[in-house]
Amino acid sequence: MAENNGTYLIRGAAILGRDAEDLLIRDGVIAARGAGAATHEDAQGATVIEAAGLVALPGMVDVHTHLREPGREDAETVETGTRAAALGGFTAVHAMANSNPVADTAGVVEQVHSLGRAAGWVDVRPVGAVTVGLAGEQLAELGAMADSRAQVRMFSDDGICVHDPVLMRRALEYVKAFDGVVAQHAQEPRLTAGAQMNEGNVSAVLGLTGWPAVAEESIIARDVLLAQHVDSRLHVCHVSTAGSVEIIRWAKERGINVTAEVTPHHLLLTDDLVRSYNPVYKVNPPLRTDADVQALRAGLADGTIDVVGTDHAPHPSEHKECEWAQAAMGMTGLETALSVVQHAMIETGLMTWADFARVTSTAAARIGRLADQGRPLEAGEPANVILVDPAARWTVDPSTMATMGRNSPFAGLELPGKVVATFYKGHPTVLDGTLNTPYRESAASAAGAS
Amino acid sequence: MKHLLSTEDLSLANAIRILDTAEEMAAVGDREVKKLPALRGRTVVNLFFEDSTRTRISFEAAAKRLSADVINFAAKGSSVSKGESLKDTAQTLAAMGADAVVIRHWASGAPHRLAATDWIDAAVINAGDGTHEHPTQALLDAFTMRRHWARLSGGGSTGADLKGMRVAIAGDVLHSRVARSNVWLLRTLGAEVTLVAPPTLLPIGVEQWPCKVSYNMDETLSLGVDAVMMLRVQGERMNASFFPSTREYSRRWGFDDNRLRALDSLGLKDTIIMHPGPMNRGLEISAAAADSPRSTVLAQVRNGVSVRMAALYLLLSGDTREPAATTAARSTEETN
Repeated sequence: MAENNGTYLIRGAAILGRDAEDLLIRDGVIAARGAGAATHEDAQGATVIEAAGLVALPGMVDVHTHLREPGREDAETVETGTRAAALGGFTAVHAMANSNPVADTAGVVEQVHSLGRAAGWVDVRPVGAVTVGLAGEQLAELGAMADSRAQVRMFSDDGICVHDPVLMRRALEYVKAFDGVVAQHAQEPRLTAGAQMNEGNVSAVLGLTGWPAVAEESIIARDVLLAQHVDSRLHVCHVSTAGSVEIIRWAKERGINVTAEVTPHHLLLTDDLVRSYNPVYKVNPPLRTDADVQALRAGLADGTIDVVGTDHAPHPSEHKECEWAQAAMGMTGLETALSVVQHAMIETGLMTWADFARVTSTAAARIGRLADQGRPLEAGEPANVILVDPAARWTVDPSTMATMGRNSPFAGLELPGKVVATFYKGHPTVLDGTLNTPYRESAASAAGAS
Repeated sequence: MKHLLSTEDLSLANAIRILDTAEEMAAVGDREVKKLPALRGRTVVNLFFEDSTRTRISFEAAAKRLSADVINFAAKGSSVSKGESLKDTAQTLAAMGADAVVIRHWASGAPHRLAATDWIDAAVINAGDGTHEHPTQALLDAFTMRRHWARLSGGGSTGADLKGMRVAIAGDVLHSRVARSNVWLLRTLGAEVTLVAPPTLLPIGVEQWPCKVSYNMDETLSLGVDAVMMLRVQGERMNASFFPSTREYSRRWGFDDNRLRALDSLGLKDTIIMHPGPMNRGLEISAAAADSPRSTVLAQVRNGVSVRMAALYLLLSGDTREPAATTAARSTEETN
């Protein structure tokens, strides 16, 4: 593979699920698309990938990933998490700031960024903390993180809500200086003290402290008004309720600059699963009701919700093999995202593969301001491309995943769709559905970049 | 029945079976030698992650009357970060050869985890988990109510249900495992349940439960009721804005002397007053109500041992075997 100068001729892939065409990848870019690709002068000596029956899509961009490094290398490392990402069809991930130390300084975000480059599986884009230590008291040095080599554009205290309205206002205002975005974890803390699961019929029976939808919706309502007031850019992390979708729809109709994400698990699973008391279903925000799931699907389909974000949150087994109340919140998601979204959105007829590309790549890259990601599959564009077999069926087995986390709520489920190949900067990080080799910068470009 | 985890999934047949077996066990308690050899050589572990002397000694007495070996394991403060995990504790008990684990835990669902995982193979009895369920409490309450109901109808308890009995459960339903277990079991046994509580102490979703809900104690009494079960108000609720003050709580939701008199003036001469204990006298129940002939508080405690003997016996001796104490005479009435 390595001897062909990085030239790949993909034959007959359905581009965005439409007509079958050829794609020629060379030197990190799409050199040609369509009838002329095979006879293009650069196609000489190319590795040919027969892609009949496969769908070609732009590499997926995750706006919400927990890579755990630095600090919780027993849960995940940048290396293992980005392997999982590549296998899942991603070419870029946003690494959330709740590491230890918190990614609240230029030093930490540059460390995460360089770990990502060293790993070479995907583009790792650190998310900077909004407040020092995620403590919600004082703004972190957002400008220093923006100006660092990591070029942070997304800021979030994810896991913790920036609940102080003045601090939230200031953060939204301040990030305008460098075209940043504040990604809010919308959770009113007083309404969710000790909360364990969605508040409703199931929590009433199970005797688990409820997590009311209003605790999410009230923060979103406040934040969209703040974003309007200071004319800034707000992103709402992992929207989980029907009411949240309504508020965001209302805000977009008013022209407020808000984007929103939904996780794959909130598109499929409901709080009925908590009846098992199995903490693999414990997550923040919690699994909601079927009515919420349907509203989230509709919101994603009609563009109210802009993107799918995995909220991939690996945990060591001892943090899940315990009582519900003591278990950590979070689910893995990088290696199942494509299949769950295909199952929940495409096979239900709610979306096409072109829509899939929008919500998993194009819109996500725009939110994170990633110039080289989420681009059209056209000649001259960066070759961040995946090939997907939509007819494949597989049964989720967490023990075989690349992530160190075994906490997949989809374990045992049969899901559609399989990533066959992932091209990151023109290099196949995944081939034949298995990890290939990481992308390595040439000596010249590496020296120039750092 | 391998475990006793909740009353929500307890069938009518199994509920009646436990209650009938408890009647047999009650007879043992009336004998001079209060002991059966049924569980000789079996080991019952009382695994308590939360203090509850009452429940623990009730289970201990029950197991000892069945000749089981009893190990008391107080595991307060166990957690992933400090001390031993539930998994390790369970595997330790399994290695020691526990046949049954009676678990009391502050976390809802902890008994389900023991039963659903492969950490331990023993029978699991839920002795109260968080704000979820307390099935043996509901069974002993039902046992107490059934005796009362059967006496009124002039029949025997054995085999009977609670069809037509009107039961009010009053107080902090939101945080009460006793209320939850009672709602499900009383539904199964055919009783008509009304929950009486301030709206702040009812869970969101209670409208889906198989019962009526009232915010008005006096109205509930005036509509007629055969048993009133008062729930304990926990100290930590008092400063969390669930209600304005203990005096207001007591006036609106407590069973005070006025309401005790109201039972008489309403002609409800056979209505019993129940409480799972420990009582806050003067808060949710007045001293006069607690000590009145209507009170079944001590009968509930006594019946608790019988019900727990029945649960241990049925789980450890297998479903197919007949109860041991078949020759026992019917015990005396217990209405106070």
